[in-house]
Amino acid sequence: MAPNSIHWFRKGLRLHDNPALREAVRGAGTVRCVYFLDPWFAGSSNVGVNRWRFLLQCLEDLDANLRKLNSRLFVIRGQPANVFPRLFKEWKISRLTFEYDSEPFGKERDAAIKKLAMEAGVEVIVKISHTLYDLDKIIELNGGQPPLTYKRFQTLISRLDPPEMPVEPLSDTLMGCCVTPVSEDHGEKYGVPSLEELGFDTEGLPTAVWPGGETEALTRIERHLERKVKQSANFQRTNKRFQLYEIHLNLFLEMNANSLLASPTGLSPYLRFGCLSCRLFYFKLTDLYRKVKKNSSPPLSLYGQLLWREFFYTAATNNPRFDKMEGNPICVRIPWDKNPEALAKWAEARTGFPWIDAIMSQLRQEGWIHHLARHAVACFLTRGDLWISWEEGMKVFEELLLDADWSVNAGSWMWLSCSSFFQQFFHCYCPVGFGRRTDPNGDFIRRYLPILRGFPAKFIYDPWNAPESVQAAAKCIIGVHYPKPMVHHAEASRLNIERMKQIYQQLSRYRGLGLLASVPSTNGNGNGGMMSYSPGEQQPGTNNNNNNNNSHCKSRFNPAEAIFFFS
Amino acid sequence: MKRGLQENEPEDGGGPSGEGERTLKRLCDPMSQGDLEGISWENLPQEILLHIFQYLPLLDRAFASQVCRRWNLTFHMPELWRCFEFELNQPASSYLKATHPDLIKQIIKKHSNHLQYVSFKVDSSRESAEAACDILSQLVNCSLKTLGLISTARPSFMEMPRSHFISALTVVFINSKSLSSLRIDDTPVDDPSLKVLVANNSDTLKLLKMSSCPHVSPAGILCVADQCHGLRELALNYHLLSDELLIALSSEKHVHLEHLRIDVVSENPGQQFHTIKRSSWDAMVLHSPKFNLVMYFFLYEEEFSPFFQDEIPVTHLYFGRSVSKDVLGRVGLTCPRLVELVVCANGLRPLDEELIRIAQRCTQLSAIGLGECEVSCSAFVEFVKMCGNRLKQLSIMEEVLVPDSRYELDDIHWEVSKHLGRVWFPDMMPTW
Repeated sequence: MAPNSIHWFRKGLRLHDNPALREAVRGAGTVRCVYFLDPWFAGSSNVGVNRWRFLLQCLEDLDANLRKLNSRLFVIRGQPANVFPRLFKEWKISRLTFEYDSEPFGKERDAAIKKLAMEAGVEVIVKISHTLYDLDKIIELNGGQPPLTYKRFQTLISRLDPPEMPVEPLSDTLMGCCVTPVSEDHGEKYGVPSLEELGFDTEGLPTAVWPGGETEALTRIERHLERKVKQSANFQRTNKRFQLYEIHLNLFLEMNANSLLASPTGLSPYLRFGCLSCRLFYFKLTDLYRKVKKNSSPPLSLYGQLLWREFFYTAATNNPRFDKMEGNPICVRIPWDKNPEALAKWAEARTGFPWIDAIMSQLRQEGWIHHLARHAVACFLTRGDLWISWEEGMKVFEELLLDADWSVNAGSWMWLSCSSFFQQFFHCYCPVGFGRRTDPNGDFIRRYLPILRGFPAKFIYDPWNAPESVQAAAKCIIGVHYPKPMVHHAEASRLNIERMKQIYQQLSRYRGLGLLASVPSTNGNGNGGMMSYSPGEQQPGTNNNNNNNNSHCKSRFNPAEAIFFFS
Repeated sequence: MKRGLQENEPEDGGGPSGEGERTLKRLCDPMSQGDLEGISWENLPQEILLHIFQYLPLLDRAFASQVCRRWNLTFHMPELWRCFEFELNQPASSYLKATHPDLIKQIIKKHSNHLQYVSFKVDSSRESAEAACDILSQLVNCSLKTLGLISTARPSFMEMPRSHFISALTVVFINSKSLSSLRIDDTPVDDPSLKVLVANNSDTLKLLKMSSCPHVSPAGILCVADQCHGLRELALNYHLLSDELLIALSSEKHVHLEHLRIDVVSENPGQQFHTIKRSSWDAMVLHSPKFNLVMYFFLYEEEFSPFFQDEIPVTHLYFGRSVSKDVLGRVGLTCPRLVELVVCANGLRPLDEELIRIAQRCTQLSAIGLGECEVSCSAFVEFVKMCGNRLKQLSIMEEVLVPDSRYELDDIHWEVSKHLGRVWFPDMMPTW
């Protein structure tokens, strides 16, 4: 009896390179692709309108592409654990397939569903395709712990077999005899809802700068690679030395005012939702490099964007508290300030620092900001100026940022706030200077903060320093039409760097005067030495630095010493 | 049990007791396991109990103190109450827990005269700062050796009524008479209270950290330097630094200074900073040849003109905002004692020459950190070659290194590792 299959879409919203989906149709009689949407979730969840719109567009695109194969997408209202038993019965399901989800919450949910399926006699097939590698293998190779430095991660990766090739997209041929029974009232029962139906007010909502969906993703990746070829060709003609460099995804050097704007070749949201297969991207990059370089293995830096994503997935997969400071073995306990008022100013682009406010405005309006812009606002919120917890910033990004999924968002925030991963904390992004150096003319500011358009480039990054006449001419008085700066940056950075230094010196038990040596260094495995900081407690025990068992260590804390040492 | 109590009546302090040693030997000797009558946990000699208790976190110790009277007595022995860190947090302003108010009451009641090394960690709320001062005011029987007032987030000591703060601090200064180490950064301490400090503790004061204390004047700190000849470590803001201060610290009566930390912070753009004479610095070096001068700069680029025009004995230098190529060039010429250089940002012009000069002239340099800067790969390799393995800390952001005809990004780390004698990679930031 040919099985009846369900393919369960969560991420991996695509028909290309989807091995689990292929398993669903292989030799099956019927296949139904489902996506679960909890209608109440939209209203109460911490997800903004851009993310919902992107998701709905992905679903629409899936549905459209499935139609071409005489199939449809089934959007089911409700929770998987509640609804699956009914579907198994109603549709006489004997096979369930889905793409592996490495995140701790995902693993827990999937374990429960597997159990349900087993009880209903349903075969479950899970395939890895959201990440380049099998993350458990990476962890195994590192002695059971995820690597905590990117360099260590790269070393491990280079020892693994290359990622598996992307599989063929779903096609009529692959479908074979498999059909999807579609009822007359499919649209009503299982159609993709609209934003309005989910409770959003769409009046005046500008068109999406980042349109969701697999079709858009595949167009973009071709454009992205074309651009790389063109750039490398240009450089070949003009400047041979930079030929290879251009291919590298080193965004900093390409950085100019334009890079800050949403790019038609940007891919990160599509990778997050799985509209674009990371493996497809990986192999297309490899091909391109070989074509231009005419030989040999590409350097790891070519895949920078993909590997960072992989790194954070690996770090998070076995840590359910990865997105918290408390109880998270890899996170330094920093005495962040609780300040809802200050947080709101940051989140709502009212800090009085045009560079920060413009970035946050772009984020809220469009759902994407350049990665250096992320560094700037994350630093400002946490260790740079406001000394507010990275968890708060992470929540705001979760709401607004299209490509922020749990692992990558939490991991990046910990990294940028110097809460983990052995980061040096001395380089602070100045909310005036950094922006000015990136975009001296201030066009980015003018675009997203129209109120400041009248300011000349000289003062647009620090308008509070502009003489009254300039402010009047710009028709924008600071303190009236645009807020005064909410902190004194020099004083705030002085204070904060001192805080960070003291915290790290207690962790590393470093007694010297150097700023750099305060940060504990890792042992060879990129694991050791990171201790949980617990103020006020006298912690017993010894340092435990051996490779296999050092996700956190306690150190003997003597407050008398702590007071004495000079920093 | 009763026998145990009689045998081992607690004495204060408690020297080693022969009884204790014998008991311990019997407990540990496997041969005498059969002979353990009368030996039980309640009989554990007090000095051993004390020793064990010192390893326990406070909460566990408190639980242990509930076990029996002896353990309770041990819990309250003075040795366990020499150090304490009061943590004062409000749930509305901090994620961290506070020291329990009942515990604080107990300490003040039973142990205030045992306290010697005390610190207060407060969050950004005014209430926490005021609570700290309330506790301080009650420590009248206390002869503190160490006092630290630490704000863990915003400087809340600056937000409370100044008089309350000063009077609490004065209580400590007067009663202690043997303060050795004092950390009062970011507080409203003023000249008169420093006079009280000096009047009572001039013989014992060794360490004074008072960065960002806006109510102190250069005269106020000069008074401290003049009277406290044992002062070895001092931290303050640049506006308090004067030639007179440096001369006072180098006077014959004064011990060798070990560390001097100076924060140079711009209040308003275009601020003018005074200069310190070369001769004052020379006097310092003559008097204390091994002293470390740590300077943290938070200035706008155009405010650097008074600095690095003449030789300065700085050993640890941090530029917290951007610093110009020109100033970094001057650093190479004027800082022969430089040990650590950390640059937050410079900009987009390569610092090749400046780095090479620093490698040549700053022969003690062992740590360097570069943030938002640019250096060509060749110059960087040259720099590392010149410094060799004296570079113990090399923290360079990946984007700093600009590839050129000789080196690409992917192989520069091998070159650098070779010259350093260890595996080295630049620092990275996630790109996603």
